[in-house]
Amino acid sequence: MAGFREYKIGSRIFGLALGGSMTITLFFPSINIASTASTDVALAKQLAVGHETGFNLDDPLLLGKNKPIVVNLKTDPKSGQALPAEQTVFVYPVGAPFPAGIIHPRILGTGVEELSVQQGHIEDARKDAGAVFAINKAVYNGKQVSYIDDLTTTKGWTPEDVMRVAKDEDVSHAGAGKTMFVREGCWWCHTLLPEETQDWQVFGAPPMQGDFNGESPTAFGSDRKAPDLLHVGSRNSSREWMMMHFFNPRLVQPHSIMPRFDYLWGEKDASGNKIDYAKWRAEYTDYREGKRVTPPEVPSYASNSEIRSLIDFMLSLK
Amino acid sequence: MFKYLMAKNEDIPPGASAVFFGFSAIIWFVIGTGLGSFNAAKLAFPDFVTGDMYFAFGHMRQVHVMAVIFGWISMAFAMAMMYITPALGNNKLWSEKLGIWNCMLWNIGLLVALTTLWAGITSGREYSDFPWPVDLYLATCVFIPLGVNVWMTILNRRTQGIYTTNWFFAAATFMVIIVFLVGNSPEFFHLTGLTEAYLTWWFAHNVLGLWITPVAAAIAYYTIPKITGNPLYSHRIGHLHFWSVVVFYSTPAAHHLMSAPLPEWLKSFASVEGVLILVPAIAFVSNIMLTMKGKWHMFVENVEVRFTITGCLMAIPLNMQGGFQQTRAINWYIHGTGWIVAHAHLALLGFSTFLEAAAVYLGLQTLMNRKLYSLKLANLHFWLLLIGFTTYWVSMTIAGLIQGAGKIYEVPYIDVVIAEHPYMIARWLGGTLVFFGNTLWLYNMWMTARKGTVIPQGRMPHELQYER
Repeated sequence: MAGFREYKIGSRIFGLALGGSMTITLFFPSINIASTASTDVALAKQLAVGHETGFNLDDPLLLGKNKPIVVNLKTDPKSGQALPAEQTVFVYPVGAPFPAGIIHPRILGTGVEELSVQQGHIEDARKDAGAVFAINKAVYNGKQVSYIDDLTTTKGWTPEDVMRVAKDEDVSHAGAGKTMFVREGCWWCHTLLPEETQDWQVFGAPPMQGDFNGESPTAFGSDRKAPDLLHVGSRNSSREWMMMHFFNPRLVQPHSIMPRFDYLWGEKDASGNKIDYAKWRAEYTDYREGKRVTPPEVPSYASNSEIRSLIDFMLSLK
Repeated sequence: MFKYLMAKNEDIPPGASAVFFGFSAIIWFVIGTGLGSFNAAKLAFPDFVTGDMYFAFGHMRQVHVMAVIFGWISMAFAMAMMYITPALGNNKLWSEKLGIWNCMLWNIGLLVALTTLWAGITSGREYSDFPWPVDLYLATCVFIPLGVNVWMTILNRRTQGIYTTNWFFAAATFMVIIVFLVGNSPEFFHLTGLTEAYLTWWFAHNVLGLWITPVAAAIAYYTIPKITGNPLYSHRIGHLHFWSVVVFYSTPAAHHLMSAPLPEWLKSFASVEGVLILVPAIAFVSNIMLTMKGKWHMFVENVEVRFTITGCLMAIPLNMQGGFQQTRAINWYIHGTGWIVAHAHLALLGFSTFLEAAAVYLGLQTLMNRKLYSLKLANLHFWLLLIGFTTYWVSMTIAGLIQGAGKIYEVPYIDVVIAEHPYMIARWLGGTLVFFGNTLWLYNMWMTARKGTVIPQGRMPHELQYER
């Protein structure tokens, strides 16, 4: 065997070069990134979206299973009294995996971690019992810091209590919706990253370094064939517009090249009637060819349909 | 081929696994470019095959990308390695049986991987889209066996010293395993946030820089001297190329995220290293061009040389773009636009594909001892690829400049979409030409296997006259 005998120096330099390159491009940046504390955006995002929205063993087919539910709470779930102010809580039903920040509080960053553990008691949250979280503010080292509060421990609110008093219009399935966003490949055309150098006027402020702690996948996107969506919920908050746009984008924007996502409506509409897609498409073709004055009516989506989650996620992007 | 799966290693004819890989690569190229053409049609005509989850653009887009990267390009690399590595070591492939199994497991794995991706089961991370069980499979059944076969063949060589091509093969098979395992660590260990975003692009950058680019170049270091009969112009420049790839190409990952909130020092560092990519690029192109001295007639007469030199010439605009488009001043304008899509196709469909196609043409003829069936079809293949690619590249570059202008001058987005429409149609036409060219190639190679003139012992294919 000839081996590498003539290449002793070469193979050592190769190891050194590759090791050096990995130290600079992996180890050094990881120190920087790990020292960044979560912003409010990061806390809200990871609590709303949950553990993982790409492939994972809790939702292997990316159907939006085992995801948290965001509730705009108006009444105290224990006493039934009206709350002084509406409160956003993040409900993790039994079995829904917690986001990375709850499992490893260290990634929340200095201050947020300490408050979340000591005042928020997030380490007492248990997946097999479910939990309800909220974002609160407290003072840490003389500064106002947001932290995660485990309301199941601190107030005794269980997921069942909260869901009992929550009405459907107060509920957002943004976590399941982000799964749809990833599965349907929305991010192949719509970025989630307004650029630092421009975009301020049209697509809103670019994100901060601490806006992503605990999020996976971040799905920035690289190929912007369509508008950036990081702040789409601030630009357009109309569910009706979203509904028509997803069913057939050409209904609201004749020049759009977006695919139709009518299949996310599923079998049945909001009233439980079977959706006749063939009929709808035939009528739409008539409309396009001028044989009809108005396009056919877009069916209302069922409250447990995939499109509902996706629209919830869109509207959560403020 | 399947009969060799259970045969004894010494009963398998040398080159069997390279032939298996070669035909698999061409078939995946036909599939991959067919999908590309289909996707492009959807961007030009959004209601073309609509309302079905499995034919939605978002589901199909990355199936095209992964089919060409892991099917066509990487399998053509494996073919080239199993053919060239032993040829340069004056020995046989360490294990033909491992090669055959490697190829079969690769085809099965890729089929499963692309099917899951098609169904929407994705990690949601560009270029590392496959879910982690698939990643583990690809590492253990695709890249590690390939690496072992290449390294063992080099270690058991019967020559003094190692030729340039084999340094690259040995280093790249090692680096791709490291890159694959480290780059997918966000999925294995559930890393989140900016770390996840950065590692996604660390993987995407390095799989191109430490796998596709160096292996494609290494192939040219073999084919040009072998066919022209000229020795490589400079061994030293080859050294410069090799070391500058390892040092400069492994470091600029962050330049893919110039507008993301990564640490500023990292972006500046990556940007400077990114410009230094010109060092290996110039070393490589000049070395190959100078090797051609006195043999430029072969650029016209010989199919393999024509493919290789065209690929090398495309490396010039490729690296000029690559070196400068990632600097802040230019990235500002073209980031996220069709310009980048054009650049990516210049790298994979221009530069790299042309070099690999030459290796597959040469390797399959040599290993099967059959002269190419038809020069006419090969010429047609060349021109369909070149014209199709150029149409694609020009139209996407213009579309990218329109998008860039729209971005900077804050034009309402829909006006950009309207302005891009003619270029979307041109891109679809270009991609379709490439697809047709590849179907002709598959037919040509199939007929070569069946009807090509037998090459006498001790002769190279290019020493025989073309017959059709």
